Amino acid sequence: MRLHLHGNQGTLRAVIVLAFSLCCIIGFGHVEPAFGKNDSVTNIFRPLSQPAQEIKETSFLVLVVCAVIFIIVAGLLIYALVRFRDRAGDEAIEPPQVYGSNQIELAWTVLPILIVFVLILVTSRTIADIQNRKPPRGAVQATVVGHQWWWEIRYPELGIVTANELHVPATIGDRRQPAFLKLQSADVAHSFWVPQLAGKTDLIPNRENRMWIEPTHPGTYLGNCAEYCGTQHARMLIRVIVHTPDEFDRWVREQQQPALIATNAAEGSKAFFANSCVNCHTIRGTSAQGKFGPDLTHLMSRETLAAGAAPNTPDNLRFWVRDPQRIKLGCLMPNMQMTDTEVDQIVAYLQTLK
Amino acid sequence: MATQEIALPGVSGSSVSLIERLHGLVVTVDHKKLGLMYIGTALIFLVIAGLMAVSIRLQLVIPNNTLLEPDVFNRFFTMHGTSMVFLVGMPIIAGFGNYLVPLMIGTRDMAFPRMNAFGYWMFLFGGLLLYFSYLGAPGLAGHGSAPDVGWFAYAPLTARAFSRGHSTDYWILSLLLASVGSTVSAINVIATIFALRCPGMKLMRMPLLVWLMLVTNFMILLALPGLSGAQIMLLIDRYLGGHFFDTQAGGSAVIWQHFFWIFGHPEVYILMIPAFACLSEIIPVFSRKPIFGYPIMVGATAMIGLISVSVWAHHMFTVGMTSVGNTFFAISTFMVAVPTGIKIFNWLGTMYGGRIRLELPMLFCIAFLFQFLIAGLTGVMLAVVPFNWQLTDSYFVVAHFHYTLVGAFLFGIFAGFYYWYPKAVGRLLDPRLGLWHFWLFVIGFHLTFDTLHFAGFLGMPRRIFTYDAGRGWDTLNFIATVGALFQAIAVLLLAINIVRSVKKGKLAGNDPWDAWTLEWSTSSPPPDYNFATMPAVRSRRPLWDLKHPEDPDWKYE
Repeated sequence: MRLHLHGNQGTLRAVIVLAFSLCCIIGFGHVEPAFGKNDSVTNIFRPLSQPAQEIKETSFLVLVVCAVIFIIVAGLLIYALVRFRDRAGDEAIEPPQVYGSNQIELAWTVLPILIVFVLILVTSRTIADIQNRKPPRGAVQATVVGHQWWWEIRYPELGIVTANELHVPATIGDRRQPAFLKLQSADVAHSFWVPQLAGKTDLIPNRENRMWIEPTHPGTYLGNCAEYCGTQHARMLIRVIVHTPDEFDRWVREQQQPALIATNAAEGSKAFFANSCVNCHTIRGTSAQGKFGPDLTHLMSRETLAAGAAPNTPDNLRFWVRDPQRIKLGCLMPNMQMTDTEVDQIVAYLQTLK
Repeated sequence: MATQEIALPGVSGSSVSLIERLHGLVVTVDHKKLGLMYIGTALIFLVIAGLMAVSIRLQLVIPNNTLLEPDVFNRFFTMHGTSMVFLVGMPIIAGFGNYLVPLMIGTRDMAFPRMNAFGYWMFLFGGLLLYFSYLGAPGLAGHGSAPDVGWFAYAPLTARAFSRGHSTDYWILSLLLASVGSTVSAINVIATIFALRCPGMKLMRMPLLVWLMLVTNFMILLALPGLSGAQIMLLIDRYLGGHFFDTQAGGSAVIWQHFFWIFGHPEVYILMIPAFACLSEIIPVFSRKPIFGYPIMVGATAMIGLISVSVWAHHMFTVGMTSVGNTFFAISTFMVAVPTGIKIFNWLGTMYGGRIRLELPMLFCIAFLFQFLIAGLTGVMLAVVPFNWQLTDSYFVVAHFHYTLVGAFLFGIFAGFYYWYPKAVGRLLDPRLGLWHFWLFVIGFHLTFDTLHFAGFLGMPRRIFTYDAGRGWDTLNFIATVGALFQAIAVLLLAINIVRSVKKGKLAGNDPWDAWTLEWSTSSPPPDYNFATMPAVRSRRPLWDLKHPEDPDWKYE
């Protein structure tokens, strides 16, 4: 009637070895090599900025504490299983009936409380340190507005509006230039998450949140919207492009220019303004002042289209203008049912928006 | 009454026609039949929602997969989460409560048998209504079908501007119905425990399962109104021009999150505590020792219940609360670790010095202990607010809560299946198939959810229907999908086992595990009236006293 595993005592150890080493073998087997590769661009344990760096240090402490607890408790459990396993031949004997012990209960109540106390201290210190940071002089101020499914990025002090790519200077040496972000939403809740720079902060409509980053290494940092926001939540990627201070100044000067009057794409320009493109898009220096879609003034300076849905190449641009739904099903830009000629002309015009 | 024959599947039903059997189920007010109906229905929803999970995993098996369209994927994860919590977890605990509580406290039925039936039918129709959304929700305008707003349905994605058609209405109304069922069932369990215990069964002599059911049902009464209230407010927003969560008109999206999680976090413990309850019965029997520190276990459970209503905002560390607010909810969350740790240590203490029989219920309990330990520790990591800013809404969180709800809750429930199935059916589940189920499920579970922790470390957000190659996620997702297939096969084996063993299982007898609580003193399956004569108890382990008259428990308690 009962299922006895006496003949099979190795099985039990196999459970433990298999189930709980599996986690380490598979997990680390794939994470560790990734640590050295370029493609782990969103690894939270490879921070290149504050506050991600400080978060990593805190989390390593917590990981160590948890690992020690795991080893002790799992060790006790394995010991109990091996030592007190039912052995053939002693079926009839009941072990001594022990009902409990107040001293032991007290010990394993007080010990966790002490550990928890330490964790509370560490946690509250880090929270206060990160959340209550005040912008120093020279900090870059930007406003990020979440939309379904793209990011509007504004620099009110610099007079720049762009989309999906946040440009900030690196803090190099003594010249500290953190970026302080105001986060808002135009529709539903989103969340700004670039793992190598900082943790998440939500963008919530009718509310303004704040966060800051202080990257130390120039480069491109990838992130996603981290709060489910509807159909194309998966294709709402954010890029943070970190420049050296000089490059950043140059980028700012370029972006501050209005769009050049297109001389070599006059038909495209005409087609653009004759269709409804202007209802949603702004091109500074022209009559296109729509606010629903991304600002296109310097479209060609961006690396991707449609919030990271595709690289910004002429071919992709053409596909996108012809039928955005094919690249990003459900996105709010409609298929304008244009002829091939119109699409070619408009793409030619857009390519002048450098 | 005809119901008597229907209560004995596989034993005497052959002369009763199918129509009569079904009619018997519809009109029954018997706690055992309703309990089994709860569990059976929940298992069907488990399979449906499980198949959705498998589809989700298949969509994510490689980068830029096109198996599922974005909206189909979003509906699947919404329906998967909603079903698993409200149509699988809640009815399973209601089923266990219904079936076991009267038997364990030595009474003949629940306090309110008709209300009991009403609760079941509310749950069933709520569930059917939720799935009817696939047909009914598009409306005349052909908008989206099933709900696609995520199981916590954050405002304002649920506002009419962003959720056209009726999918969100189906989500609201079906859960309101199911919540009515859960509420009356909770009142019933509480009333039964307080009013119908057999002679001698003082509160502190109740089996731990009964205590834990008491706590969990109080928590249902405490937590569910938060959700129901918020859902009614959302309906008012959608149809009566209210602006509770309407951010365009000055409403607050964050208030929805507070309402939802003031329900949602206790809900996690509402599900976990009945799994703890199964462990607290099974581990002592298979270690041949009484539970270590019974009063402490009761106290720790009550503490978990109390603390769990003060931790809800730890789901909201990224919404921009002040540093003081964040610190408060970090502290309250850490506090939960203390009574939870006490429970783990007490189960360990029960096993220590015992004679551990590694039969199927115990195997599931042991896997539960390891997995719940890890789930608890990842929970501690998530309570460290700065770490949480990185981990929340990533696949780390997905892995963490599946560790609690699959690795712990479901394993606890599976342990319960193997343990009480012989009582309910009269026959044992086949141990060979059971072992296959156990091993395939353990392997599949770890393949899937161990790897997903690391996907979270590598920055993979949850609820994305696709991802690009080159982020270090490809292999992890592939392994996770393979694991999901293992789990699917394991559940299939369980289903086969449950169906087959009704007729072909080994006869169980009254007390196949040599256990100590009252349900094992009556026949398997128990007669309609449960006990021919009202039992009287003198200790927490009445059957121990009976089997060991020379050394009874009541001498020591």
